[in-house]
Amino acid sequence: MNYNAMELMICCAARLLENGRTVAVGTGVPCAAAMLAQRTHAPDLVILFEAGGVAPQLPTMPISVGDSRTFHRAVMATSMADIMEACQRGMIDYTFLGGAQIDAYGNLNSTLIGNDYQKPKVRFPGSGGANDLASLCWRILVVTNHDPRRFVEKVDFLTTPGYLTGPGAREAAGLPPGTGPYRVITDLAVLGYHEQSCRMEILSLHPGVTREQVLKATGFALGVREPLELTSSPTATELRILREEVDPHRYIIGR
Amino acid sequence: MDILSRGDGPLFVDPSANHARQFFSTKARALVDKVTTVAEAVRDLVHDGDYLAIGGFGCDRIPTAVTHEIVRQRKQNLGFAGHTATHDFQILCAGNLLGRGQTLARVDIAYVVGLEARGLSPHARRVMESGEVVCTEWSNYTLAVRLKAAAMGLPFLPARSLLGTDSFRRSAAQVIACPFTGERLAAIPALYPDVAAIHVHEADRYGNCRLRGTSVADLDLARAARKLIITCERLIPHEEIRQDPTRTVIPFFCVDAVCEVPYGSYPGNMPYEYFSDEEHLRRWLEAEREPETYQRFLDDYLFGVKDFAEYLHRCGGLPRLQQLRQQEFLLHRGR
Repeated sequence: MNYNAMELMICCAARLLENGRTVAVGTGVPCAAAMLAQRTHAPDLVILFEAGGVAPQLPTMPISVGDSRTFHRAVMATSMADIMEACQRGMIDYTFLGGAQIDAYGNLNSTLIGNDYQKPKVRFPGSGGANDLASLCWRILVVTNHDPRRFVEKVDFLTTPGYLTGPGAREAAGLPPGTGPYRVITDLAVLGYHEQSCRMEILSLHPGVTREQVLKATGFALGVREPLELTSSPTATELRILREEVDPHRYIIGR
Repeated sequence: MDILSRGDGPLFVDPSANHARQFFSTKARALVDKVTTVAEAVRDLVHDGDYLAIGGFGCDRIPTAVTHEIVRQRKQNLGFAGHTATHDFQILCAGNLLGRGQTLARVDIAYVVGLEARGLSPHARRVMESGEVVCTEWSNYTLAVRLKAAAMGLPFLPARSLLGTDSFRRSAAQVIACPFTGERLAAIPALYPDVAAIHVHEADRYGNCRLRGTSVADLDLARAARKLIITCERLIPHEEIRQDPTRTVIPFFCVDAVCEVPYGSYPGNMPYEYFSDEEHLRRWLEAEREPETYQRFLDDYLFGVKDFAEYLHRCGGLPRLQQLRQQEFLLHRGR
């Protein structure tokens, strides 16, 4: 069955979400992944939105993290602090993030490009809730396109913590122990982090993608976890649900 | 208390709880009629140089009319809490770099410039890349914590966020050791805005407010702000408040002005009332690409209209609003 890179990425992300867990999502790919997971293997996955939506039954893809879809048939519509404090108490298992740049330790930049903070070359939105979610949720997932301008040796601005400078750095900074980057899903591969060095490494290659292709698209020295696996293609069921129920207007999968 | 590390960003607002208490001691306690117009509320309560905060979530339950009026009245040199600020920030940026002085001068940033999945605002980017706005960096939660600390009448609260990042380095937070466990915590200074505006579903003439859906940071913001302008979809009788006090989320003594503004969150979403006007928001973003096109667009929709009602009329009036109501209720008739 034919599928595009975006559909594969959403399926990979959805499969990582275990049933009975909690996930803080934003709009777009993360939301699509959580909706797909709920409709396949994880019916009891609890979705939370940082603006205050708890366990909505999403009728359609939200446009904003705070729009009324994010608490449609939800169990609670609360405050942002209430959501973030559930994260701070250790109640939220996963979060999904993105950014303009990511480094080998999973640190993210969504603030600026350039070297003058008060007069940047390009100004991006900033942390939003990303810094908080990455500090306080157990496992951080990143979904992004794979290219060397995005996967960089050093981020221009460290907006959101990954493993910071490496092993032990999060705990030394005061971040809750046991939290941190978990997976990166790109249009080329699924990546994880080396247990000792905390540096990013390839876990599985998407069908038709070579190891060299991924290394070339990465601006830092990338490890490979052996045996290197092949990403499973989306199943017919996953694609049907994704296309018919999750994103019928192709807002995300049509990108 | 030992300070282990210090963000080097400027702190725009005095975090002193004692100074805030002094101010709050002068606030009116009586049940007085606060109903006024948006134009008068902005004229009387928003002053040049003030630090401003806006409720809602950027494009959801925002007091659009107040932001329009601030720009139309050419308020200058404001500080601003950029907490999930999307369309509201886009509107305020119309007071910068367009020959109308400088509305925004200082911004605490958690989220600005972007409109979430809709893309980045070209004009807000021009403003923030010009160097004329002084910035301090935060995150959504830590900026909410700043309001929470103020709502609690404290000078700061600890949080376990921001730590170890450039977001911390450019913030005005500090790292302290917990006096009980010794763990490193971010000390987040209280934020007492000079003036705030919040849009709610219902309010009585004294300012007792009800809202539905997510509250974002607004219940803390209402209590943290020195002065508060409420816009509401509907004014309701005081007697209705008395009959069901559990539904009151902002009490009258926090409020300085009450303005009835039907469809007041337009073009943003208002839960259980109407959905966002994505077509208008898209046209706004497109108009911003070229400064001259944007100037004409603003003349049509903001500077050349006398009030919010006229803006709604120019955006399609009741027929358009009716479509958005149907979208909110998932009736799928309006497109």
